[in-house]
Amino acid sequence: MFWHMVFKTVIRQKSKMLMIAFTVILGVSLSTAMMNVMLGVGDKVNRELKVYGANITVRHKDAALMNDLYGLNEGVGVNDKFLFEEDVLKLKTIFWGFNILDFAPMLEGKAVMNLPGKNSPAVDVKINGTWIAKHNTLSTGEELDTGLKALRTWWDVKGEWLNESRDDEVMFGNLLAEKSGVKIGDVIALNGRNFIVKGIFTDGGDADEEILMTLAAAQSVLKLSGKISSIEVSALTTPDNDLAKKAAQNPKSLSPDEYETWYCTAYVSAICHQIQEVIRDGVAKPVRQVAESEGTILNKTTLLMILITILSSIGSALAISNLITASVIERSQELGLLKALGAYNWQIALLVLVEVMITGLFGGIFGYFLGIGFAQVIGQTVFGSYIEIAQMVILIVGVILFFVTLAGSIPAIRYLMALKPTEVLHGK
Amino acid sequence: MSKQILELKNVSKIYGSLKALADINLKVNAGDWLSIMGPSGSGKTTMINIIGCMDTPSTGSVILDGVDISRENASSLTRIRRDKIGLIFQQFHLISYLTAVENVMVAQYYHSMPDEAEAMEALEKVGLKDRARHLPAQLSGGEQQRVCIARALINSPEILLGDEPTGNLDEENEGIVVDIFRRLHDEGVTIIIVTHDPEVGDVAQRKIILEHGRVIQDIDQTSTFGQALKIHHE
Ligand SMILES: Nc1ncnc2c1ncn2[C@@H]1O[C@H](COP(=O)(O)OP(=O)(O)O)[C@@H](O)[C@H]1O
Ligand SMILES: [Mg+2]
Repeated sequence: MFWHMVFKTVIRQKSKMLMIAFTVILGVSLSTAMMNVMLGVGDKVNRELKVYGANITVRHKDAALMNDLYGLNEGVGVNDKFLFEEDVLKLKTIFWGFNILDFAPMLEGKAVMNLPGKNSPAVDVKINGTWIAKHNTLSTGEELDTGLKALRTWWDVKGEWLNESRDDEVMFGNLLAEKSGVKIGDVIALNGRNFIVKGIFTDGGDADEEILMTLAAAQSVLKLSGKISSIEVSALTTPDNDLAKKAAQNPKSLSPDEYETWYCTAYVSAICHQIQEVIRDGVAKPVRQVAESEGTILNKTTLLMILITILSSIGSALAISNLITASVIERSQELGLLKALGAYNWQIALLVLVEVMITGLFGGIFGYFLGIGFAQVIGQTVFGSYIEIAQMVILIVGVILFFVTLAGSIPAIRYLMALKPTEVLHGK
Repeated sequence: MSKQILELKNVSKIYGSLKALADINLKVNAGDWLSIMGPSGSGKTTMINIIGCMDTPSTGSVILDGVDISRENASSLTRIRRDKIGLIFQQFHLISYLTAVENVMVAQYYHSMPDEAEAMEALEKVGLKDRARHLPAQLSGGEQQRVCIARALINSPEILLGDEPTGNLDEENEGIVVDIFRRLHDEGVTIIIVTHDPEVGDVAQRKIILEHGRVIQDIDQTSTFGQALKIHHE
């Protein structure tokens, strides 16, 4: 009897029920799409952000410690501990070697600069030697071009980039070039060796006060053959979760199963850990700046998505509440009659709620699939890729839908409770 | 001497400054057939609502089958109404999307449990067995009111209450409905009917007349009761 009445009512009130279903479809599809994009987007944004630079730096463990303790950055003088250039290519042999996209060894130091032909005094300058675009053949036979050029895509360079094979060329950071009055084509001397200035770059950071040269040139100027002070690594990583955070603090705190999962996932902490296994004396750390901007962008996207979901839920609840109230008022005689026949308030409330819930359920199922479609459209147009469908969205959307329909039914139910059979049954 | 099923003691219903019912005293025995008559606005519907547990008096008490219903809360009133009262209205009030037999079964559903065979039997009693599968819109006014009577009686109430149940019927259908009341009376059902129609009022055993919320006449019609029955049977 109960279900018979429910279905008859749903069918008889089909225009209102269709409106309710339509409202639910809109709300649910929007929420489903937003949540799937939100959950799937972490990976995508990370990939987008890669272009902003290396996200891991490897230093000598003692130098890294000094950095942590004193906040010293380019620890000239402190930096008398070195890594080995011969270890660098081992980066590609780690478990997540495939996720290591680019890397560049760096050797930093101080040199004395003279400007031949000008009678300005000799000055101390910071120099930085690195791979510019080095062609390597790995032990596996795989060929690889990598170097700083790939990691500094945002540099504004006047003149030319350095040539990997030339040990007599340098580039000036724009601030240093300005301070010392050096122009492209000038010849300078560093620790007594002559170099031609090929270009002037603008980085926007500390590098603007440095001189850049090939690693081989720096090793010869600084007399540190085969040594490097750090490695910059650009890697594709999976956004951190609780496991990754726990591991980042202390990998030893993980259970063997957790360790296995963590090690075999491209978390930045797992990649750092694996890098340390191959680079002698190396300590690998994510670069905080990039990690933070990733975080803020993700937080903002998440906030936006949550906001849209909340707003669409409120909108749905309001629309549903209007429709249900109208439907109940229209049927007040019938519902009053049921009361007169001995139905308790809760029985009538249940009748109305079930009608709405069934309509909501149909709308919800339809809206969910529509939402998955939307998510893919957003994925394709905004991030240029397929968005992984998160199963938990079904649960979240289901719970939200349940409470939204419930909240939307409150005014109608209050009306029902207050409805007196005598008011509707004796009307002429 | 049959037992007393209903007693109103000093019952008043006050709306602001208006006394819809003023100090009503009334006793009804089980199996009685009572008509309530009176001009419009005299308090007939108010009285039916109070007896039918759909409203409570402002003062006074109402004893229904030994229980004082004047101080019960809404859900107890619903339960008492469900168990003891069968209601019929001037407007019929059938559920438009349910068939005749389903309309009867709704009352069973909220009372205990739907039983189609029993519901069909009730329709047979009011002569509508062959119309059981029709929707209200496919039935005449008289037929609809007979469905309502079947619905009101399905849970074997102590009292059948009707507020102008023949008010929307033509004479022929009025006769059919009154005939049904008569049969129910013979079976021992207590009947309380509000009516405007003197003919309907006169067939009862007893008739009270209200005016301005007071009982101004209480007429025992037992002497003419058999008479009236005969007249109608011819
Ligand atoms: N809910 C109410 N609020 C205010 N006045 C009411 C209400 N119900 C009935 N009345 C008044 O009480 C009086 C009796 O009404 P009613 O019992 O419906 O009369 P009858 O059924 O005899 O025509 C009328 O004057 C009517 O206007
Ligand atoms: Mg009335």
